[in-house]
Amino acid sequence: MPVTTINGREIHVDDEGFLTEYDEWDEDLAKVLAANISVDLTDDHWAVIKFVRDDYKAQGETPTIRRVSTAGGTDTKKLFQLFPKKPAKKMSYIAGVPKPHGCV
Amino acid sequence: MKRLLVLGGGTAGTMVVNKLRPRLSRDEWQITVVDQRDVHYYQPGYLFIPFGAYTPDEVVKPTQRFIPEGVDLVHGEIDRVDSESNQVLLADGTALDYDQLVIATGTTPRPAETPGMDEGEWRKSIHEFYTHEGATALGEKLKTWEGGRLVVHIVDMPIKCPVAPLEFTFLADSFFREHGIRDQVEIVYVTPLPGAFTKPIASQHLGGMLDERKVELEADFMVESIDPEAKTLISYDEREVPFDLLVTIPLNMGADFVARSGLGDDLNYVKVDKQTFLSTQHDNIFAIGDASNIPASKAGSVAHFAVDIFTHNFLRHIDGLPMDEKFDGHANCFIESGDGKGMLIDFNYDTEPMTGKYPLPGIGPFSLLKETELNHWGKLMFRWIYWNVLLPGRDLPLPALMSMAGKDVPDEDAS
Repeated sequence: MPVTTINGREIHVDDEGFLTEYDEWDEDLAKVLAANISVDLTDDHWAVIKFVRDDYKAQGETPTIRRVSTAGGTDTKKLFQLFPKKPAKKMSYIAGVPKPHGCV
Repeated sequence: MKRLLVLGGGTAGTMVVNKLRPRLSRDEWQITVVDQRDVHYYQPGYLFIPFGAYTPDEVVKPTQRFIPEGVDLVHGEIDRVDSESNQVLLADGTALDYDQLVIATGTTPRPAETPGMDEGEWRKSIHEFYTHEGATALGEKLKTWEGGRLVVHIVDMPIKCPVAPLEFTFLADSFFREHGIRDQVEIVYVTPLPGAFTKPIASQHLGGMLDERKVELEADFMVESIDPEAKTLISYDEREVPFDLLVTIPLNMGADFVARSGLGDDLNYVKVDKQTFLSTQHDNIFAIGDASNIPASKAGSVAHFAVDIFTHNFLRHIDGLPMDEKFDGHANCFIESGDGKGMLIDFNYDTEPMTGKYPLPGIGPFSLLKETELNHWGKLMFRWIYWNVLLPGRDLPLPALMSMAGKDVPDEDAS
């Protein structure tokens, strides 16, 4: 399992850079991850990220775009504005949860 | 007398009762199947109907024929499961008690979930082939279609038989060449995925096959709505894809009674343990086949391998023993590629499809991720196997769990 160093801390990630340890995430780390993929975090972004983290913890899996829209209260149109082109991938990357599998 | 109640007499439900009836004492267990239809469709055949390769009546048989003696078949619509009182309520007011419940009601296309889809152009310039009616209507359309811009489109994953949209595209290319109008047809493949398929190695192979056939790929496309008048697909990030003929795979969802019973996820799939299919909420409810939320392909082959594992575990579960076999998400799919050829892929939760031979390492006779005529014949032969071997619950000489033998493991993963 690859290890990378962010802000002087060792972080466990998968081949695509998604965090593999839920508890290694914090808000400062999220800012670095967001900057890596050119996302400027606003309050709207933080609301989505918080939902994704809480839902992952409760359900044991990364929420789909549909779920973030229906249960998380940010509609799909808005998600595409906040996380352009690939919202599912980008929001889980910043939130420090596994890439959504939703594609089998 | 105890009762095993199976909801759904499709591929998974039929296999379950055929496997379990001989293994459960008739003095001890009554088995009942509930289905709202009285016919059983060979759904893999839908793909061939639009091109006239199968006629619509070649894929239908009476449900009763595949339900073994000693199993009751109840015809009715399911209202909901009352898991407090261990009863299933039917729409006509009938209440059926159960000791063990197996939900096998599958998944269905929901065109109404996408604005504009099932309005004025539905079954005119907007088609689907995931229902008997839809495949038949598309067949009629293609008989006289003179060409234009054909868009093959997937609304969202997961869908039943995730390779079918690609197969449809390959067969369409072949069909239009045979009819001498390929140069008058532009084909576009529109998908919410980042590439042609979900798994990297297969996606690369299949993406290359789209290129060879001059099919344009529009990836990462999440449809927001369809404008039936302008004949255009519109995505959430405001891309537009115009069409003359749209063949779409509508959003797939599990049965509505699953949601009404509080057993489902956001798409009405029953929440179960992915290795044993036992509900995460109730110790006497299972879901098998497309109806469950396991992260495997929604396909008959998955249901088949799953039923093998389930049968073993279920018999232990009712005796109070731990379920000691774990399902691995094994899937095995023929992919029609046109011109009388086909491919085969074999994969599971953790291992993506790769090249090689199946089922015998080095020998085959089937080739993985490679177009051969034999693979195509395998697919056609499968219809006979389905009716005569799979549904009756007879054993196929294929192991339920995936094997790495015969697969060409890429170097970077070899460590």
